[in-house]
Amino acid sequence: MIHSLFLVNSSGDIFLEKHWKSVVSRSVCDYFFEAQERATEPENVPPVIPTPHHYLISVLRHRIYFVAVIQSEVPPLFVIEFLHRVVDTFQDYFGVCTEAAIKDNVVVVYELLEEMLDNGFPLATESNILKELIKPPTILRTMVNTITGSTNVGEQLPTGQLSVVPWRRTGVKYTNNEAYFDVVEEIDVIIDKSGSTITAEIQGVIDACVKLTGMPDLTLSFMNPRLLDDVSFHPCVRFKRWEAERILSFIPPDGNFRLLSYHVSSQNLVAIPVYVKHNITFREGSSQGRFDLTLGPKQTMGKGVEAVLVSSQLPRGVLNANLSASQGTYTFDPVTKMLTWDVGKINPQKLPSLKGSMSLQAGASKPDENPSINIQFKIQQMAISGLKVNRLDMYGEKYKPFKGIKYMTKAGKFQVRT
Amino acid sequence: MSASSAFSDEKGGSSSVGEPEYGHDPASGGIFSSDYKRHDDLKEMLDSNKDSLKLEAMKRIVAMIARGKNTSDLFPAVVKNVACKNIEVKKLVYVYLVRYAEEQQDLALLSISTFQRGLKDPNQLIRASALRVLSSIRVTIIVPIMMLAIKEAASDMSPYVRKTAAHAIPKLYSLDPEQKDQLIEVIEKLLADKTTLVAGSVVMAFEEVCPERIDLIHKNYRKLCNLLVDVEEWGQVVIINMLTRYARTQFLNPNLNECLLEEGGESTFYGSDADQDEDEDEDKKDEALSKRKPYVMDPDHRLLLRNTKPLLQSRNAAVVMAVAQLYFHLAPKAEVGVIAKALVRLLRSHSEVQYVVLQNVATMTIKRRGMFEPYLKSFYIRSTDPTQIKVLKLEVLTNLASETNISTILREFQTYIKSMDKDFVAATIQAIGRCATHIGEVRDTCLNGLVQLLSNRDELVVAESVVVIKKLLQMQPEKHSDIIKHMAKLTDNIQVPMARASILWLIGEYCEHVPKIAPDVLRKMAKTFTNEEDIVKLQIINLAAKLYLTNSKQTKLLTQYVLNLAKYDQNYDIRDRARFIRQLIVPTDKCGALSKYAKKLILALKPAPILESPFKDRDHFQLGSLSHLLNTKAGGYQELPDWPQDAPDPSVRNVEVPEWTKCSSREKRKEKKVEKPFYSDSEGESGPTESADSESDSASSSASGSEQSGSGSEESEESEERSDSDEEEEEEAKKRKTQKKEPIEALANLRRGTCPSRSLTTTRTARQTAANQSLRILSPRQR
Repeated sequence: MIHSLFLVNSSGDIFLEKHWKSVVSRSVCDYFFEAQERATEPENVPPVIPTPHHYLISVLRHRIYFVAVIQSEVPPLFVIEFLHRVVDTFQDYFGVCTEAAIKDNVVVVYELLEEMLDNGFPLATESNILKELIKPPTILRTMVNTITGSTNVGEQLPTGQLSVVPWRRTGVKYTNNEAYFDVVEEIDVIIDKSGSTITAEIQGVIDACVKLTGMPDLTLSFMNPRLLDDVSFHPCVRFKRWEAERILSFIPPDGNFRLLSYHVSSQNLVAIPVYVKHNITFREGSSQGRFDLTLGPKQTMGKGVEAVLVSSQLPRGVLNANLSASQGTYTFDPVTKMLTWDVGKINPQKLPSLKGSMSLQAGASKPDENPSINIQFKIQQMAISGLKVNRLDMYGEKYKPFKGIKYMTKAGKFQVRT
Repeated sequence: MSASSAFSDEKGGSSSVGEPEYGHDPASGGIFSSDYKRHDDLKEMLDSNKDSLKLEAMKRIVAMIARGKNTSDLFPAVVKNVACKNIEVKKLVYVYLVRYAEEQQDLALLSISTFQRGLKDPNQLIRASALRVLSSIRVTIIVPIMMLAIKEAASDMSPYVRKTAAHAIPKLYSLDPEQKDQLIEVIEKLLADKTTLVAGSVVMAFEEVCPERIDLIHKNYRKLCNLLVDVEEWGQVVIINMLTRYARTQFLNPNLNECLLEEGGESTFYGSDADQDEDEDEDKKDEALSKRKPYVMDPDHRLLLRNTKPLLQSRNAAVVMAVAQLYFHLAPKAEVGVIAKALVRLLRSHSEVQYVVLQNVATMTIKRRGMFEPYLKSFYIRSTDPTQIKVLKLEVLTNLASETNISTILREFQTYIKSMDKDFVAATIQAIGRCATHIGEVRDTCLNGLVQLLSNRDELVVAESVVVIKKLLQMQPEKHSDIIKHMAKLTDNIQVPMARASILWLIGEYCEHVPKIAPDVLRKMAKTFTNEEDIVKLQIINLAAKLYLTNSKQTKLLTQYVLNLAKYDQNYDIRDRARFIRQLIVPTDKCGALSKYAKKLILALKPAPILESPFKDRDHFQLGSLSHLLNTKAGGYQELPDWPQDAPDPSVRNVEVPEWTKCSSREKRKEKKVEKPFYSDSEGESGPTESADSESDSASSSASGSEQSGSGSEESEESEERSDSDEEEEEEAKKRKTQKKEPIEALANLRRGTCPSRSLTTTRTARQTAANQSLRILSPRQR
């Protein structure tokens, strides 16, 4: 299936190549570079590029293109999903997935890729299995390795691949047994010029960090499972149990994993936690434009709105922006015309605002388009949909684990049209 | 633990034998003495006795391979470390070997004996890894050895080794296609395997080696359906795609009767199913309708649909897409709707995933618009989307447009037109044009909106609007002569060739509606003729010809002038056109018969263009495939066959029972001896028995048995509703019986399924103690 993989950095250099079948010359990437030149933005490179003898399927993550070379029919999503899984694994191993990190750990990367694909077909992609085979590099381990000459490659044989629960290692032991669950909800909104909501959706995930000894069997139940409209599970979740009782029953993988992602049914009205008052105008004839923006909290159930960041792509004609922020700092990049305003926390008593003027190119006509405003924020200890975990029980092991649930709401794609 | 010691023992043994053999082989250095100097230091390190030095050397070599540097001259020095004690060195040597063996076939043979020894190892993981590397070495001489190793591994006790054997099959096939017949035998054997570990890999091998041997699947069909939910995700994708093809050859079209019945007014709504049949003769249809028995879905068909449905909840986008395409191609119309929600969910994923999913959604929306209508808002465009995603979303929105939602869609389009991304604005204008052609009620509104855009400052926007307006005007030109006039004025300003050409064509075509303006436009154009683009020149000639035919008094000289200019143009197309037009319209002595009909030829009534989606009819490719995405057949693409007219014999899928009794009795005995946790996994070292999942099969059999019968009766209700003839029902019942006896049936419930009874009882006792804790659980996490 996957013939070869090339890693290309943002300046167009191939800095890593790996072949699973016979070697494909790296000149095949020329077709990719051509497509890259045609595309105005880096994210506009088509993910699938046909060439006379091969097909190139690529993903862009962390400013690195992962270009897979395919020779015959294969579902494109299969390759794309796999490439993303590779990136996730790198991130899991090295903390970040940058060119430098990959170059520093090139041997581990090679060993990982060797295990993840056999003859181009995915073999071991579960992080738990991979970590048994190849230990992630840590500073301590690197030091020990250089002194003792021991290796990163696991001495033990990967039993996980043989088990019925391939996602969980065997013989897990912890002194402190703990299981943490993060309910993180993202709210996607488009608000139109007049302030009315065009679409609003809530998507959520439950990320877990489970460090439990042995082979625990967990069940997690919700106070209001009806809220969940569409769900997708980690393979460990027993599907029929969910169908019948709306209970998540699973033997968890060891370590961090995403237990569940869900979509809250659209019938429920979405409470939008912030509002924006804006007035962005350009006058015909003059080379000035007015910019006026005020943020305020709305329906936050008494919780504070934090880490607010406003960004807006101003029209190409704008030369500079002379603004004053009542709190936080703003920056305007005259090249990309990107205005960002780091607001911080919203104080309901004293609403943050950004006011001032924009200078336009002299003689240029008034821009046709108005910029749209993108907002990011976080609200701790609240799930905007109102989802609540009822209880978490553990069976199969004798000890009492420490359990914790945390809620958070974030802005997803929160966009205000002006 | 015992495993690791066994492993190192093995290595110790082999290395002590291995080292004296090629430790100081003089030939290894001598042969490549010229290249040898380049990597002097590395070679020295590899020859040393210290593992740490060897490891360092191998790491540097692998880093060089990764950068694409040629290190083939080190081959002899590296290959002798194949039996090294250190496990990491060994692994890196394998990486090197697989990379360069093809180039250095003779030297690669030196390593073979090590792997052959590994194949006989008592540890299943070592056997598997030996087979994996052996089969990855692309050296034709060892084909017989590989064949033998695969055959042996295919009947290995350990399912993991059998999985590796399945992986090795396509490797050998690509090395030597003549082994096909023998390999098919192995595939046949492995297809009968009952473990989830093997299923995905062997179907993959099947798809690469012999996708045409659909007959091999019959006996394994039900088993594959039942195992599916427990197979690893990548295997699921392959199996689902294969089963889609299989089902298309074995079952009847569930939508056939409906298509025939709803012929007529409905056809616009549910597009092409009915369209296909439209061509048929009415009589034929009636005949077919009367002949056809009421449709009863084959229970195996139902089984496939039922067992794939839960996978829509997978976290893997490829699996979701595979199930979606299966439902699209195989499910009755009423049931296809379930996939919409899952596909919309994928739109939250990475932009590459969105790109592929939107392409497929675009194809689906043409046939089944109703399915995605509730999710209209999910396709609304954000300014932060990449352009290629915006354009695809626009495509979907356009396909979804109907009388009821057109006003919201148009309002949405209005904001898009103000976007900064001009390519996207151009695409929006085209989308408006398409909405206007499909939905008559909004045609005038759209046209007015587009005319307003003609005063836009951006030339690309104006040009695109002109092109679209031209297409719209063709539908009802007589009403809109003022728009044509307006456009005629634009010729002074617009420079985009396509737009100029469109305007000229419009004026020429409808010169009777604007009799005063048209000659003047031609006059202006004649002046600038030499500086125009080719496409504009051609339209100037057309305009001149049309005016000459309708209004020769005013334009005779102008036309002559234009034709003369064109006669000496650099472009031969234009010279040709001028010559052709002159012969046709200017009466001469020996003018041909054609010129009599010149007016009819040039001013014939032209049908309005149908603005069609580029995704129309793409569904003849299997959805989700590379071929569908590219809209051309990719190498190795397997056509999705048409439904058969009459269903092939379903009894081929029946499987004999005896296997089951034997298997279960053995498992039961074992069950008594060892109390295992619900899904035991530590099978690993306890030895290569019939694998863990067949065991837990019996563990959950009690619970799952009732589950199964429950779903079975559900199914029978469903089918009874439709079935009329008693015969068929009986046959079905028989089938279901045999099906129920299948041992693997229970497996489906194993992982996702109900908790087995045993753990339920423990649950009850545990619950009381847990009740005290439950309040504490909910305390916020302290970190």
